[in-house]
Amino acid sequence: MSEPRDRILARLRRKGKGRAGGIGRSGVALSNRCPKDLVGEFQRRAEAMHAQVYRVERSGWTHLLERLCREKAISNLLYGPDGPLGEEIREASRQQQGLPDLVGFVQEIEVCREQLFFEIEAAVTSVRAGVAATGTLILWPTPAEPRSMSLVPPIHFAVLDAGAIHSSFADVVEKKGWNRCMPTNALLISGPSKTADIEQTLTHGMHGPIELVIIVLT
Amino acid sequence: MHQDAEFRKGVREAIGDPHIRRTFRARMDLLMAKRRSAFPDPEEWDDLRRAATGIRADNISRLPELLEQLEKNCTRNGIRVHWAETADDANQTVLEIMRGHDALQLIKGKSMVSEEMGLNGYLAARGIDCLESDLGEFIVQLAGERPSHIIAPAIHKDRAQVARLFKEKFPDVSYTEDIKTLTGDARRLLRRKFFEAPVGLTGVNFAVAETGTLCLVENEGNGRLCTTLPKVHIAVMGIEKVVEKLSDIPPLLDILVRSATGQSITTYFNMISSPRRRDERDGPEEVHLVLLDNGRSRICQDRELDATLRCIRCGACMNHCPVYSRLGGHAYPGTIPGPIGSLLEPQIAGLDRLGMLPTASTLCGACSEVCPVGIPIPELLNRLRAEGVKRDPEGIAGSGSRRRFREALVWRLWQLIFSRPQIYCVAVFFATRVPAVLPRLFGPWIRSRSLPIPAEKNLHDICLKRGVEHE
Repeated sequence: MSEPRDRILARLRRKGKGRAGGIGRSGVALSNRCPKDLVGEFQRRAEAMHAQVYRVERSGWTHLLERLCREKAISNLLYGPDGPLGEEIREASRQQQGLPDLVGFVQEIEVCREQLFFEIEAAVTSVRAGVAATGTLILWPTPAEPRSMSLVPPIHFAVLDAGAIHSSFADVVEKKGWNRCMPTNALLISGPSKTADIEQTLTHGMHGPIELVIIVLT
Repeated sequence: MHQDAEFRKGVREAIGDPHIRRTFRARMDLLMAKRRSAFPDPEEWDDLRRAATGIRADNISRLPELLEQLEKNCTRNGIRVHWAETADDANQTVLEIMRGHDALQLIKGKSMVSEEMGLNGYLAARGIDCLESDLGEFIVQLAGERPSHIIAPAIHKDRAQVARLFKEKFPDVSYTEDIKTLTGDARRLLRRKFFEAPVGLTGVNFAVAETGTLCLVENEGNGRLCTTLPKVHIAVMGIEKVVEKLSDIPPLLDILVRSATGQSITTYFNMISSPRRRDERDGPEEVHLVLLDNGRSRICQDRELDATLRCIRCGACMNHCPVYSRLGGHAYPGTIPGPIGSLLEPQIAGLDRLGMLPTASTLCGACSEVCPVGIPIPELLNRLRAEGVKRDPEGIAGSGSRRRFREALVWRLWQLIFSRPQIYCVAVFFATRVPAVLPRLFGPWIRSRSLPIPAEKNLHDICLKRGVEHE
């Protein structure tokens, strides 16, 4: 019984005075309203969180990306060549003149850290799912699309399949059986990074992306 | 009694400071309004609160098995788990990890447990620099102060004070009172630090036992940076933060965020289940989890006070507290101010040291009304008040230490008068007819209030005269 662990656990097991609380799990079924228009609800909520949301047909999303990059005067774009969007982005870059210089996230962060922090202007990633109730993106970063892609560059383009939008976070966790397959890092992202630490005044672009642009494929 | 005097001094200073009174009143009003608008449907609030209370009560009643399960699953995932009985043990664990990597810089996300540990001072004394990266914590650290609110650490500062602070600490930055520019300055100043830092440290909002997952709630992205870019991530958490199932998380996250700031969700909810895997290109190579007890296991032994440990640190109780909104956070000794701090801190430090905190409450009940996990704070504060004046060898540390002969005598006298009708009648007779017999002992009470003068006839007499029947 010399280890701190054993001593802590032993103390926790020793129930002493006072009356028993008698409170257990409530069994209350929390309302999980499923809006008819999941995509519309998602867009409304995401925009309320200051994300920019565009709905576009699947075949035309790279054109939209190209236009947005041009409008925002982005000169380079980080992407995952081996990720689910890699092939389409490369193809678009070959065919169209408008996409900025593509930079593939192909090396370990230790090698490309300087570039990631001080050169990359925007990144584009796929999204695993969306949550309509809060306008949230769910990302499970992968080796092909590492987690810092949605974190370090000032602009994050997130490409979300409209069919992957669920009503609530609870719904996704349950339906997709998350408890059996948690990844290294799972992320819920709702809007660009923000703070209200000075006079409770909301300001966007604290440490993470200053802009979050969501492209919903319909 | 040294702490009592210190506390009184802090209270006097806070009450006498018009800036504190103005700032906190305005900020708390805003936070209360935001929370109210986040729960427009009372029925939904009731259901959600009942669910959250049930989950947390269940978690706390099964802490030992959940902690063992958490340890097992974290270890399986590659997270190294450390147990610390005291704040000092936890500090030492962090120090050893730092030294193991020859690291002299630590970048921190917001963590109230690290405040409780006094980590920054501990490491600074051993040559290690700690840098707070949450904007509020960064401001407070630059000013050499403590956080005054658990959710908004720099809530006591206005833009001009922040502007002066930035100018003083970073002469190259041009003076501005524009909040957007000040935020941009902080982003630029801290970016380089994130780029360089070898070790990141954060707190934990919830740890899921069934999957070995650490969950962090934040808006700024600094928590994600601290857990993504440095080679080593250290997470420090109080042992009460464990929850059983992943399905416990959505309702807890929902009620936490809405209660804290009135948002529907924070920008980031970061769930970490393991260090970087072999094929991954970023993420920390090592993740350490430090489980801190520091008196919590003792609180857990008491079947009434263990409700304290349900707390999910939303801060709603302080936003709604008439005492906190007058004093601000700095008047409170200890790490956590406001009602939950007045309940938790004396149980950790002992009633002999912080036993005055439960008296810093009007017992109005606003805190328990808004508590998302149903902690009966006023009831428990009363219990601490009682333990403070009643010695109990099995009670909280320092029980009985606040017993004063004069106070005990007054209450005995009170009991005597109110339990014997004849004595009561005599006492009332004199009190109403000869007000001068009322003791001038009211001392501190009448220093800032007028002395209540009893009417010539008491209600009892008037009713009797009017023929109101005795029931």
